[in-house]
Amino acid sequence: MAQDHDHHHHAHPGDDHAHDHPHGSELSPMELRVRALESILVEKGYIDPAALDTLIETYETKVGPHNGARVVARAWVDPAFKARLLADGSAAMRELEVGGRGGEHMVVVENTPEEHNLVVCTLCSCYPWPVLGLPPVWYKAPPYRSRAVIDPRGVLAEFGTVLPAETRIRVWDSTAELRYMVLPMRPPGTDHLDEAALADLVTRDSMIGTGLPSSPDQGARA
Amino acid sequence: MSRPPEPPVFAAPWEAQTFALVVSLHDAGLFTWSEWAAALGRSGHRTTDYALWLETIEALIAERGLTSEAALDERRAAFARAAAATPHGQPILLENDPGA
Repeated sequence: MAQDHDHHHHAHPGDDHAHDHPHGSELSPMELRVRALESILVEKGYIDPAALDTLIETYETKVGPHNGARVVARAWVDPAFKARLLADGSAAMRELEVGGRGGEHMVVVENTPEEHNLVVCTLCSCYPWPVLGLPPVWYKAPPYRSRAVIDPRGVLAEFGTVLPAETRIRVWDSTAELRYMVLPMRPPGTDHLDEAALADLVTRDSMIGTGLPSSPDQGARA
Repeated sequence: MSRPPEPPVFAAPWEAQTFALVVSLHDAGLFTWSEWAAALGRSGHRTTDYALWLETIEALIAERGLTSEAALDERRAAFARAAAATPHGQPILLENDPGA
Protein backbone atom coordinates (compact mmCIF):
# COMPACT_ATOMS: atom_id res chain seq x y z
CA MET A 1 0.00 0.00 0.00
CA ALA A 2 2.95 2.29 -0.20
CA GLN A 3 2.16 5.38 -2.19
CA ASP A 4 -1.45 4.35 -2.16
CA HIS A 5 -3.29 7.37 -0.98
CA ASP A 6 -6.85 6.53 -1.67
CA HIS A 7 -8.45 6.48 1.75
CA HIS A 8 -11.56 4.72 0.68
CA HIS A 9 -10.48 1.46 -0.78
CA HIS A 10 -7.42 0.14 0.97
CA ALA A 11 -7.20 -3.57 0.49
CA HIS A 12 -5.50 -5.20 3.44
CA PRO A 13 -4.99 -8.86 4.04
CA GLY A 14 -7.71 -9.97 6.40
CA ASP A 15 -9.70 -6.81 5.87
CA ASP A 16 -13.20 -7.45 7.03
CA HIS A 17 -15.48 -5.08 5.27
CA ALA A 18 -18.17 -5.56 7.84
CA HIS A 19 -15.92 -3.48 10.10
CA ASP A 20 -14.73 -1.04 7.52
CA HIS A 21 -15.61 2.63 7.84
CA PRO A 22 -15.21 3.73 4.27
CA HIS A 23 -17.08 6.99 4.49
CA GLY A 24 -16.71 8.62 7.83
CA SER A 25 -14.54 9.49 10.78
CA GLU A 26 -15.29 9.10 14.43
CA LEU A 27 -14.68 11.15 17.53
CA SER A 28 -14.88 9.70 21.01
CA PRO A 29 -17.38 11.23 23.47
CA MET A 30 -14.54 13.06 25.25
CA GLU A 31 -13.16 14.38 21.96
CA LEU A 32 -16.64 15.63 21.05
CA ARG A 33 -16.93 17.46 24.35
CA VAL A 34 -13.53 19.13 24.02
CA ARG A 35 -14.11 20.12 20.41
CA ALA A 36 -17.56 21.54 21.21
CA LEU A 37 -16.18 23.55 24.10
CA GLU A 38 -13.19 24.82 22.15
CA SER A 39 -15.22 25.86 19.11
CA ILE A 40 -17.75 27.79 21.19
CA LEU A 41 -15.00 29.58 23.12
CA VAL A 42 -13.14 30.41 19.91
CA GLU A 43 -16.35 31.75 18.34
CA LYS A 44 -16.97 33.97 21.32
CA GLY A 45 -13.40 35.22 21.18
CA TYR A 46 -12.31 33.94 24.57
CA ILE A 47 -9.49 31.87 23.18
CA ASP A 48 -7.23 32.00 20.19
CA PRO A 49 -6.78 28.63 18.45
CA ALA A 50 -3.17 29.47 17.58
CA ALA A 51 -2.40 30.08 21.25
CA LEU A 52 -3.97 26.72 22.09
CA ASP A 53 -1.75 24.95 19.58
CA THR A 54 1.31 26.67 21.01
CA LEU A 55 0.39 25.48 24.47
CA ILE A 56 -0.19 21.92 23.33
CA GLU A 57 3.10 21.98 21.47
CA THR A 58 4.84 22.95 24.70
CA TYR A 59 3.50 19.90 26.44
CA GLU A 60 3.24 17.36 23.68
CA THR A 61 6.56 15.71 24.47
CA LYS A 62 5.54 15.28 28.08
CA VAL A 63 2.93 12.69 27.38
CA GLY A 64 3.44 9.90 29.84
CA PRO A 65 6.03 7.34 28.91
CA HIS A 66 6.58 6.83 25.25
CA ASN A 67 5.57 3.24 25.23
CA GLY A 68 6.66 2.85 21.66
CA ALA A 69 10.26 3.52 22.70
CA ARG A 70 10.25 0.45 24.93
CA VAL A 71 8.91 -1.61 22.07
CA VAL A 72 11.62 -0.39 19.71
CA ALA A 73 14.41 -0.97 22.23
CA ARG A 74 13.21 -4.53 22.86
CA ALA A 75 13.13 -5.21 19.13
CA TRP A 76 16.72 -3.97 18.85
CA VAL A 77 18.02 -6.34 21.52
CA ASP A 78 15.78 -9.36 20.95
CA PRO A 79 15.59 -10.68 17.37
CA ALA A 80 12.82 -13.14 18.25
CA PHE A 81 10.69 -10.34 19.65
CA LYS A 82 11.41 -8.26 16.58
CA ALA A 83 10.18 -11.07 14.34
CA ARG A 84 6.97 -11.34 16.37
CA LEU A 85 6.56 -7.55 16.30
CA LEU A 86 6.80 -7.36 12.54
CA ALA A 87 4.46 -10.33 12.14
CA ASP A 88 1.78 -9.05 14.52
CA GLY A 89 2.43 -5.65 16.09
CA SER A 90 -0.49 -5.62 18.51
CA ALA A 91 0.20 -9.08 19.90
CA ALA A 92 3.92 -8.41 20.40
CA MET A 93 3.20 -5.07 22.08
CA ARG A 94 0.80 -6.76 24.48
CA GLU A 95 3.78 -8.82 25.72
CA LEU A 96 5.16 -5.50 27.00
CA GLU A 97 1.73 -4.37 28.15
CA VAL A 98 1.68 -1.68 25.52
CA GLY A 99 -1.47 -1.08 23.60
CA GLY A 100 -4.60 0.87 23.18
CA ARG A 101 -8.28 0.47 23.26
CA GLY A 102 -9.66 -2.59 21.54
CA GLY A 103 -10.18 -2.94 17.86
CA GLU A 104 -7.22 -1.18 16.40
CA HIS A 105 -4.43 -3.14 14.88
CA MET A 106 -0.85 -1.91 15.03
CA VAL A 107 1.36 -2.60 12.07
CA VAL A 108 5.08 -2.09 12.57
CA VAL A 109 7.10 -1.19 9.50
CA GLU A 110 10.86 -1.62 9.62
CA ASN A 111 13.39 0.89 8.38
CA THR A 112 16.35 -0.58 6.54
CA PRO A 113 19.24 0.97 4.63
CA GLU A 114 17.15 0.38 1.48
CA GLU A 115 13.83 1.64 2.76
CA HIS A 116 12.61 4.38 5.09
CA ASN A 117 9.01 4.51 6.31
CA LEU A 118 6.94 7.59 6.98
CA VAL A 119 3.49 7.58 8.59
CA VAL A 120 0.87 10.20 7.82
CA CYS A 121 -2.61 10.97 9.12
CA THR A 122 -3.43 11.91 12.69
CA LEU A 123 -6.48 13.87 11.80
CA CYS A 124 -8.99 11.88 13.77
CA SER A 125 -8.85 9.12 16.34
CA CYS A 126 -6.57 6.96 14.24
CA TYR A 127 -3.27 8.13 15.74
CA PRO A 128 -1.90 5.41 18.03
CA TRP A 129 -1.36 7.68 21.03
CA PRO A 130 -1.24 4.85 23.55
CA VAL A 131 1.98 3.82 21.82
CA LEU A 132 3.38 7.09 20.50
CA GLY A 133 2.05 9.68 22.90
CA LEU A 134 0.37 12.89 21.74
CA PRO A 135 0.43 13.66 18.06
CA PRO A 136 2.54 16.71 17.33
CA VAL A 137 0.52 19.72 16.22
CA TRP A 138 2.31 19.92 12.87
CA TYR A 139 1.38 16.34 12.12
CA LYS A 140 -2.32 17.15 12.23
CA ALA A 141 -2.01 20.00 9.79
CA PRO A 142 -3.40 19.30 6.33
CA PRO A 143 -0.25 20.72 4.65
CA TYR A 144 1.95 18.10 6.29
CA ARG A 145 -0.26 15.27 5.21
CA SER A 146 -0.64 16.29 1.60
CA ARG A 147 3.01 17.27 1.23
CA ALA A 148 4.25 14.08 2.86
CA VAL A 149 2.41 12.21 0.16
CA ILE A 150 3.63 14.34 -2.74
CA ASP A 151 7.17 15.05 -1.61
CA PRO A 152 8.19 12.87 1.33
CA ARG A 153 11.90 13.53 0.83
CA GLY A 154 11.33 17.28 0.96
CA VAL A 155 9.25 17.01 4.13
CA LEU A 156 11.91 14.84 5.77
CA ALA A 157 14.59 17.35 4.83
CA GLU A 158 12.61 20.07 6.60
CA PHE A 159 12.77 17.96 9.74
CA GLY A 160 16.53 17.74 9.26
CA THR A 161 16.29 14.13 8.21
CA VAL A 162 18.36 13.59 5.12
CA LEU A 163 18.49 10.06 3.78
CA PRO A 164 20.85 8.57 1.24
CA ALA A 165 19.51 9.08 -2.27
CA GLU A 166 19.27 5.32 -2.79
CA THR A 167 16.97 4.84 0.21
CA ARG A 168 13.37 4.46 -0.91
CA ILE A 169 10.69 6.22 1.12
CA ARG A 170 7.37 4.51 1.70
CA VAL A 171 4.42 6.51 2.94
CA TRP A 172 1.83 4.78 5.12
CA ASP A 173 -1.63 6.12 5.68
CA SER A 174 -3.64 4.73 8.55
CA THR A 175 -7.15 3.44 8.15
CA ALA A 176 -9.90 3.03 10.70
CA GLU A 177 -8.47 -0.30 11.84
CA LEU A 178 -4.79 -0.14 10.98
CA ARG A 179 -2.33 2.17 12.64
CA TYR A 180 1.32 2.25 11.80
CA MET A 181 4.49 2.60 13.79
CA VAL A 182 7.97 2.80 12.33
CA LEU A 183 10.71 0.58 13.71
CA PRO A 184 13.78 2.79 13.22
CA MET A 185 17.25 1.38 12.68
CA ARG A 186 19.43 0.99 15.75
CA PRO A 187 22.00 3.79 15.72
CA PRO A 188 25.64 2.79 15.31
CA GLY A 189 27.86 2.89 18.38
CA THR A 190 25.18 1.59 20.74
CA ASP A 191 26.46 -1.94 21.33
CA HIS A 192 27.33 -1.16 24.93
CA LEU A 193 23.89 0.20 25.82
CA ASP A 194 21.24 -1.75 27.68
CA GLU A 195 17.59 -1.80 26.75
CA ALA A 196 16.58 1.14 28.96
CA ALA A 197 19.40 3.32 27.63
CA LEU A 198 18.42 2.37 24.08
CA ALA A 199 14.79 3.33 24.75
CA ASP A 200 15.99 6.80 25.71
CA LEU A 201 17.34 7.24 22.18
CA VAL A 202 14.00 6.47 20.55
CA THR A 203 12.24 9.73 19.79
CA ARG A 204 8.59 10.04 18.94
CA ASP A 205 9.51 11.42 15.53
CA SER A 206 11.68 8.38 14.80
CA MET A 207 8.60 6.19 15.28
CA ILE A 208 6.57 8.38 12.92
CA GLY A 209 9.42 8.39 10.43
CA THR A 210 10.04 12.12 10.30
CA GLY A 211 13.18 11.71 12.38
CA LEU A 212 15.86 9.22 13.34
CA PRO A 213 16.76 7.99 16.82
CA SER A 214 19.21 10.16 18.76
CA SER A 215 22.79 9.06 18.69
CA PRO A 216 24.28 8.02 22.04
CA ASP A 217 26.57 11.06 22.25
CA GLN A 218 23.62 13.40 21.72
CA GLY A 219 21.87 11.72 24.61
CA ALA A 220 18.13 11.61 24.80
CA ARG A 221 16.35 14.29 22.89
CA ALA A 222 13.04 15.63 24.09
CA MET B 1 1.42 31.34 39.77
CA SER B 2 1.36 31.23 36.00
CA ARG B 3 0.74 27.52 35.63
CA PRO B 4 -1.59 25.12 37.36
CA PRO B 5 0.11 23.23 40.17
CA GLU B 6 0.12 19.72 38.68
CA PRO B 7 2.71 18.75 36.10
CA PRO B 8 0.79 17.86 32.97
CA VAL B 9 1.01 14.22 31.96
CA PHE B 10 -1.50 13.30 29.34
CA ALA B 11 -2.85 9.91 28.51
CA ALA B 12 -4.74 11.07 25.42
CA PRO B 13 -4.86 14.04 23.06
CA TRP B 14 -8.20 15.27 24.43
CA GLU B 15 -6.59 15.56 27.85
CA ALA B 16 -3.94 17.89 26.47
CA GLN B 17 -6.63 19.91 24.68
CA THR B 18 -8.58 20.19 27.91
CA PHE B 19 -5.49 21.29 29.77
CA ALA B 20 -4.67 23.87 27.09
CA LEU B 21 -8.23 25.21 27.16
CA VAL B 22 -8.12 25.69 30.91
CA VAL B 23 -4.71 27.41 30.77
CA SER B 24 -5.89 29.67 27.92
CA LEU B 25 -9.02 30.70 29.79
CA HIS B 26 -6.91 31.41 32.85
CA ASP B 27 -4.56 33.50 30.72
CA ALA B 28 -7.59 35.34 29.34
CA GLY B 29 -8.36 36.33 32.91
CA LEU B 30 -11.49 34.26 33.42
CA PHE B 31 -10.32 32.84 36.73
CA THR B 32 -7.30 32.65 38.99
CA TRP B 33 -5.59 29.36 39.79
CA SER B 34 -6.95 29.47 43.33
CA GLU B 35 -10.46 29.85 41.92
CA TRP B 36 -9.74 26.94 39.60
CA ALA B 37 -8.50 24.76 42.46
CA ALA B 38 -11.61 25.63 44.44
CA ALA B 39 -13.84 24.79 41.48
CA LEU B 40 -12.10 21.43 41.05
CA GLY B 41 -12.40 20.80 44.77
CA ARG B 42 -16.14 21.10 44.53
CA SER B 43 -16.48 17.86 42.67
CA GLY B 44 -13.39 15.93 43.68
CA HIS B 45 -9.74 16.20 44.53
CA ARG B 46 -7.81 14.35 41.85
CA THR B 47 -6.31 17.30 40.01
CA THR B 48 -4.83 15.38 37.09
CA ASP B 49 -8.11 13.70 36.33
CA TYR B 50 -8.78 15.47 33.05
CA ALA B 51 -12.35 14.17 32.80
CA LEU B 52 -12.91 16.14 35.99
CA TRP B 53 -11.09 19.14 34.50
CA LEU B 54 -13.40 19.03 31.51
CA GLU B 55 -16.51 18.73 33.64
CA THR B 56 -15.31 21.55 35.85
CA ILE B 57 -14.45 23.94 33.02
CA GLU B 58 -17.80 23.24 31.35
CA ALA B 59 -19.61 24.02 34.60
CA LEU B 60 -17.48 27.09 35.27
CA ILE B 61 -18.09 28.74 31.92
CA ALA B 62 -21.82 27.94 32.10
CA GLU B 63 -21.87 29.52 35.53
CA ARG B 64 -20.22 32.65 34.15
CA GLY B 65 -22.84 32.79 31.40
CA LEU B 66 -20.33 32.21 28.56
CA THR B 67 -22.37 29.34 27.22
CA SER B 68 -25.03 26.88 28.32
CA GLU B 69 -25.20 23.12 28.68
CA ALA B 70 -27.78 23.13 25.86
CA ALA B 71 -25.44 25.03 23.52
CA LEU B 72 -22.62 22.60 24.33
CA ASP B 73 -24.88 19.62 23.70
CA GLU B 74 -25.96 20.99 20.38
CA ARG B 75 -22.36 21.63 19.34
CA ARG B 76 -21.27 18.11 20.36
CA ALA B 77 -24.02 16.65 18.19
CA ALA B 78 -22.93 18.90 15.30
CA PHE B 79 -19.34 17.63 15.60
CA ALA B 80 -20.54 14.03 15.72
CA ARG B 81 -22.50 14.58 12.49
CA ALA B 82 -19.55 16.40 10.92
CA ALA B 83 -17.20 13.53 11.84
CA ALA B 84 -19.53 10.95 10.32
CA ALA B 85 -19.71 13.02 7.13
CA THR B 86 -15.92 13.49 6.91
CA PRO B 87 -13.93 11.03 4.85
CA HIS B 88 -11.34 9.30 6.98
CA GLY B 89 -8.07 11.19 6.92
CA GLN B 90 -9.61 14.60 6.29
CA PRO B 91 -9.80 17.29 8.95
CA ILE B 92 -13.07 17.13 10.87
CA LEU B 93 -14.56 20.60 10.53
CA LEU B 94 -17.85 21.93 11.77
CA GLU B 95 -18.62 23.17 8.25
CA ASN B 96 -18.93 19.51 7.27
CA ASP B 97 -21.97 19.04 9.50
CA PRO B 98 -24.70 18.05 7.04
CA GLY B 99 -27.32 19.13 9.58
CA ALA B 100 -25.98 22.67 9.81
